[in-house]
Amino acid sequence: MNILEEIRDAVVEGNAAKVKELSGKAIEEGFSAAQILDEGLIGGMNIIGPRFKNNEIFIPEVLKSARAMHAGMDMIKPQIVSSNIQEKGIVLIGTVAGDLHDIGKNMVIMMLEGSGFKVIDLGINVPTEKFIEAIEEHKPQILGLSALLTTTMKQMKNTVETLLTLESRPKIIIGGAPITQKFCDEIGADAYAADAASAAEIANMLIGSGSQAAGA
Amino acid sequence: MIVVGELLNASRKAVGAAIEASDGGYILQVAQDQLEAGADYIDVNAGTFIDKEREYVEWMVRLIQDNTGAVCSLDSPDPEVLNQALKVHKGTAMINSISLEKERYDAILPIIAGTDLKVIALCMSDEGMPVTKEDRLIIADKLINGLCRNNVKLENIFIDPLVQPIATDQSYGAEFLNAIEGIMSGYPGVHTICGLSNISHGLPNRKLLNMSFAIMAIAKGLDGLIVNPVDKQMMASLIASETLAGRDEYCEKYLDAYRAGRFEF
Repeated sequence: MNILEEIRDAVVEGNAAKVKELSGKAIEEGFSAAQILDEGLIGGMNIIGPRFKNNEIFIPEVLKSARAMHAGMDMIKPQIVSSNIQEKGIVLIGTVAGDLHDIGKNMVIMMLEGSGFKVIDLGINVPTEKFIEAIEEHKPQILGLSALLTTTMKQMKNTVETLLTLESRPKIIIGGAPITQKFCDEIGADAYAADAASAAEIANMLIGSGSQAAGA
Repeated sequence: MIVVGELLNASRKAVGAAIEASDGGYILQVAQDQLEAGADYIDVNAGTFIDKEREYVEWMVRLIQDNTGAVCSLDSPDPEVLNQALKVHKGTAMINSISLEKERYDAILPIIAGTDLKVIALCMSDEGMPVTKEDRLIIADKLINGLCRNNVKLENIFIDPLVQPIATDQSYGAEFLNAIEGIMSGYPGVHTICGLSNISHGLPNRKLLNMSFAIMAIAKGLDGLIVNPVDKQMMASLIASETLAGRDEYCEKYLDAYRAGRFEF
């Protein structure tokens, strides 16, 4: 087993100390940050995602692996900055206005980062204007909207309706406990993600389908 | 233990479908089952129907009360839905719920001020979700004082300190449990209440976690639960826990439940 596979397996195990140590060693051995990231760290999270979706592993185990992945990212950060690695894409994400819940959203962020996206998190209780400003500033390919309450679904609808009027806009993925595919179709969002692992899969699909960055 | 039967919630598939199809028979059966299992209040929620919530809640309240006489917990943050439901509700309803989020607080307070309605008060503010016991106690204090100043009796207030998933942070269980203790010892006469399903979100075998958590919370003083009363094992655990926590003189409730066959499952 080469060191990148060892890193991958340590991410799957959720062993942060080991991932950190191996990532440092891999740099010394001459592996590029891109290789460590893609084959090791993201490679590990790519194994975690489907297992989580299939109920083979559970949220605390995903969190443990995500922590391990971040430990590795911290080690290779200086190399990433200097080598100017291209991110897969930018995802802007937030919980809609009136809704203060963020546990699910944070899970989605982890899975997206684990899948190689750069994620910009606007946090909770985000008004539509703030999404629009951030779209202009960051030009994301994808926007993720979360709502946990039946009451804030209405707000999600308003936000999506406004965003749909933008001349150039990212693809919109929505999710949260009360959200359904039916609701997604009704309000005209691009996709519904039922869980954090699906959100990452759908984001990958949408990027693959040649979506244009806002303003591009 | 004050039990709010949680099953008539539109976000449950079968219930949502029955509401949409005006299937009163199904709704009534679920209400009846919960009452027989020991529910004190029947929670009524049509929150997934954005435009028809008011109409559906009114229909459910009428249906349930005309046929069973049960008291309802009116589950909506929308003051118009609550006011409409209160117009047709007979007896003293429970309002589910107010919180310290300004918009919600200002909208719900006029409905309950000076009345004898029961109210669930959720420990949530515009600053976000509480994390620690202290966060919860600060919000609970403001809610209790605010409600009392507006002529809501302490014994009509049910503080919900907000259950969060243990899967995402190992401290969430203990912070909640200690908050229950702080509220119950700090404001004698007030009630505490919570739902259970959040605690086990993201973990397997959720019933075990939900039940264990209920037992631990009862030991800390929790005296209300929003729960599925048709789950006999859960209900039996609640009864046994209250007895063990010293809130069942001469083990009367425990023995009544035993004789009524509530421990056979």
